[in-house]
Amino acid sequence: MTESIDYWSLLYVFVLAAFIGLGVIRRVSRLLHTPLMSITNAISGIAVIGSIIVTGGDYPSGIRIMGAIALFASMTNIVSGFLITDRMLKMFKTDRTPKPDNKS
Amino acid sequence: MSHAVVQLSYLVATVLFIFALHWMNAPVTARKGVFAGVAAMAIAILVTWAQPEIVHHGWIVVAIVAGVAVGIPLSLVPLTAVPQRTALSHAFGGLAAGLVGTAKYYLWFSEGPEHLTTFRMVAIIIEIILGYLTFTGSLMAAGKLQEVKWIPQRPVTYPLQNFTNVGMLALAAVVGVALTLNPTATWAPMLFPLVIVLALVFGVLLIIPIGGADMPTVIAILNAYAGLAAVAMGFVLDNKLLITAGALDGASGLILAIIMCKAMNRSFVNVLFGAFGQTQPAKAGGEEKTYKSETVEGGAQVLEQANLVVIVPGYGMAVAQAQHKVRELYDQLRKRGVTVKFAIHPVAGRMPGHMNVLLAEADIPYTDLVEMDEINPEMPQCDVALVVGANDVVNPAARNDKSSPIFGMPIIDADKARTVFAIKRSKNPGFAGIDNELYFAERTWMLFGDAKNVVGELVKQLSGSTH
Repeated sequence: MTESIDYWSLLYVFVLAAFIGLGVIRRVSRLLHTPLMSITNAISGIAVIGSIIVTGGDYPSGIRIMGAIALFASMTNIVSGFLITDRMLKMFKTDRTPKPDNKS
Repeated sequence: MSHAVVQLSYLVATVLFIFALHWMNAPVTARKGVFAGVAAMAIAILVTWAQPEIVHHGWIVVAIVAGVAVGIPLSLVPLTAVPQRTALSHAFGGLAAGLVGTAKYYLWFSEGPEHLTTFRMVAIIIEIILGYLTFTGSLMAAGKLQEVKWIPQRPVTYPLQNFTNVGMLALAAVVGVALTLNPTATWAPMLFPLVIVLALVFGVLLIIPIGGADMPTVIAILNAYAGLAAVAMGFVLDNKLLITAGALDGASGLILAIIMCKAMNRSFVNVLFGAFGQTQPAKAGGEEKTYKSETVEGGAQVLEQANLVVIVPGYGMAVAQAQHKVRELYDQLRKRGVTVKFAIHPVAGRMPGHMNVLLAEADIPYTDLVEMDEINPEMPQCDVALVVGANDVVNPAARNDKSSPIFGMPIIDADKARTVFAIKRSKNPGFAGIDNELYFAERTWMLFGDAKNVVGELVKQLSGSTH
């Protein structure tokens, strides 16, 4: 397993993804900053990938226990993050009832 | 599953994550964003799980089931508790990164030190330092927000605090460098836990001196750390999906932290190392200042006569659970043809956007929630500014008083309204411990009492007078 990793392409991916992130997030409505934070909580649950690799590999138990705890933590983030984001977003409504019109 | 299929799936997941965040730019598309995020995550999990090196499935199933079982109730917390849920989530993210980094280190050490290349060691050290400090730091933040008994709410300071904290982080970095340079040394696996312990302790010490008013910034910074820890994990595992998703998360935390800092006119360094609110105890018994108080009857009459009422909500509204009563007041006033708007300061509440969510939950249309910069030019035309549980964000000292710790912070110009009503539970200063000039201003009348009761009384007065 002494494969060589292309470090430079990883760094490129990181820098480019960070700039995409900055560009996209900057345009998120301020109204939605709390849901934004909870959906990024869920997205940070992507650590689930590393956790599955460590938990499911043919490794000593000690290693796999660490992986299982990490997997539990990531899964909690994914489930609670997406569910609460959707729950909050459902609450954002425009006015449905026509209001007595008086623009001052 | 072939390498190409795996990489292609990860690429699709990356694109979906970007769309998930892109669709958050407006409330109408935001729910689509959640759907994209769920799809991306499902792809990531299934594709990773299906890889041939995953040979043990029992523990994976158990951990996933346990995560779902804990995650569902965590998503049902009251919206006033969302800040601590968010902090707890950052803690979990940090813990996962820390544990995976630790596991990988010991695994590679036992498999043969040739796996511990310099690049991997640097990535692992960054991953575990960020991961574990985010873990304990976020737990502390969650504890403070939840007002857990044994975690002090007020900032805790002691001599040489910043020196100790920075020294501890520097020590962790030095040990990390030593490990990177000598990954094969026999002492290396013994020294590795020291980095973990230092990071864990540093996380606690970092949050101890921070007060409630700074929580929005701190939560955003911890969000960025959790994201960066995932990026580091991506470098450790040579996984581009981890890097992209982590970078998106980190970028989000960074932008929110910058917005919060700007809204308080402070720098990151000042928030993290400034120990706000502790240094200047409220000067009791200085000059005699007197409040003018108003009855709810009188208040209701003035509100009724107004054309434009601007409600300025703050964390106090959340504490008193007054948002539903505020909605009733909004309805009553609207029924009378009064225009009602909400002025939202970026740092009102305990996390970015907190007030918007609470008011949306109370069924107030988001079109009437107005940002500070947009509402301020309208304030001179405003007949009544009703301050519900907000304090520092309407304190004119931020504009006038150079000696005030909040001087320079942008505020909502409630004091420019023709009349100001401020609802306040007691005559004590607010969370930041600063006296508020607004309460003594000529055009300000205080409505003392619990926010929920006072607003409820106002509603009763208004609805009573219709019959």
